[in-house]
Amino acid sequence: MLIKRRSSHHLTEQDVTPEAVYQDRRLILKGLGLSAATLAFPTQASLLDLFSAEESTPAPATKPLNYKAATRQDGLTLTPLEKAISHNNFYELGTDKGDPARNAHYLKPEPWTLKVEGEVAKPFTLDVWDLINKNTLEERIYRLRCVEAWSMVLPWSGIPLADLIRRAEPNSRAKFVAFETLYDPEQLPGQASRSLGGGIDYPYVEGLRLDEAMNSLSFLAMGLYGKTLPAQNGAPIRLVVPWKYGFKSIKSIVSIRLVEEMPPTTWNLLAPNEYGFYANVNPEVDHPRWSQASERFIGEGGIFGAKRQPTLMFNGYGDEVASLYQGMDLRKWY
Amino acid sequence: MTPRLKTAHINGLRLLVHLASLGFLLWLGYAVPAGLLGGDPVQGLTHYLGKGALHLLLLTLLVSPLAKRWRQGQLIKLRRPLGLWCAAWAGLHFMVWLGLDLQFDWGLIGGELVKRSYIVVGALALLLLLALSITSIPALLRRMGSAWQKLHNWIYAVALLVPVHYWWSVKSGWQEPLIYLLLAAALLWPRREKLLRPWRQRRQQRQKLKEA
Repeated sequence: MLIKRRSSHHLTEQDVTPEAVYQDRRLILKGLGLSAATLAFPTQASLLDLFSAEESTPAPATKPLNYKAATRQDGLTLTPLEKAISHNNFYELGTDKGDPARNAHYLKPEPWTLKVEGEVAKPFTLDVWDLINKNTLEERIYRLRCVEAWSMVLPWSGIPLADLIRRAEPNSRAKFVAFETLYDPEQLPGQASRSLGGGIDYPYVEGLRLDEAMNSLSFLAMGLYGKTLPAQNGAPIRLVVPWKYGFKSIKSIVSIRLVEEMPPTTWNLLAPNEYGFYANVNPEVDHPRWSQASERFIGEGGIFGAKRQPTLMFNGYGDEVASLYQGMDLRKWY
Repeated sequence: MTPRLKTAHINGLRLLVHLASLGFLLWLGYAVPAGLLGGDPVQGLTHYLGKGALHLLLLTLLVSPLAKRWRQGQLIKLRRPLGLWCAAWAGLHFMVWLGLDLQFDWGLIGGELVKRSYIVVGALALLLLLALSITSIPALLRRMGSAWQKLHNWIYAVALLVPVHYWWSVKSGWQEPLIYLLLAAALLWPRREKLLRPWRQRRQQRQKLKEA
């Protein structure tokens, strides 16, 4: 029997500023004439705007989704959509935070197939758009904690990762799950240029232990804010593992492989002393070059609006995942 | 024979240095709200200001080789505005880290200043730049005599510390920091005699002591 528990760490719709409300707010501001200057000359912004959050990111090519919204509950503030789609780490589209939004047009997420294979009884290939179009997706509001010590709260739409893995029927040799991002330098120009792509060896690979992957929090997102994923956020399908640093949540996935041995992971290969396989959010274990005890939350407001807040163990998801690591020295297995 | 630059030319170049250094700062007033540095511009701002300071540092070090090469002694007058702007950009770079990134959390700032080698290196370079800036006041220059030159030779240490700070701070991609380090090395190379003089003198002294 499946028992649905709602823990205190479950963020819900109330924690979020819905996109519609967000847009309305902007209209109201405009109605008040507060940004009259920018309306008349859309390419110009006044010096005073330095203190507000005026966005001019091009609208991403996304479509509305059929999804079941998360229930409402008091709690945290959501990161506005505009910031979630213009502050991205997706080195395949450029290393600067604004690059992925600028280079988003290179990635063609439609059509898209995803293979589930390896140590399974029933390997299969999935038409991702079939999955998106023919299903009602579930919405999850999750904290996102980047290893660079900034954080967001975002509403994802998708399906539990466990659903897909169970469908393939893993065999007894399956101990880990290996994920791979699309490799196509035409669509992901950072893979062709070392300067744009940060000198990383592509394709980007990530991995989870099988029990981590089967945990109910592990999520395959196909939507953000009720619409299909923008390219810069990992269109059309990405992993979201909210108790781990953001780099574990691999984007634009083409392959999910059940394997016997711990699979290699991109950042661990690049700097093994800085990024471990587990990469669980842990305020007590610093990155060698910065503290992980606190984080800058990116919410509403301009550059002076961000708040520094304490980082929570397992990013606040300890009730759901702490048991996975019982008896493990998390300083050693960072 | 190349014509000598006149004072008016130098004043024009000096104005250009001020306008460019200030202009690239004011550009942020447009770029940040327009989202050109990303939806959350703190990291973009830090990098922009840090790299700008590094560019100004390299330009500062380029002045005297150019003045020598083209026999334009007057050019040396550009060194002070360039150096001061370099210190200003570096100071802003530090303030963004302090105020916008770490949000003036002094406990955290103190810890980071001690624990992280790349921040120690950056802070050291900034302190040196501050010392050089303060002593750029003409009255102090005169009063300090030969000590002034000795103090200002520390700019060569800054030229190496800053690219190292940059190299240590990046998550991936060492190529760009390497280019800056090579540029700094190229600017120090013609000054190698001067830079190695203190060591050479010490060795000679030691040798003399041995002979005696």
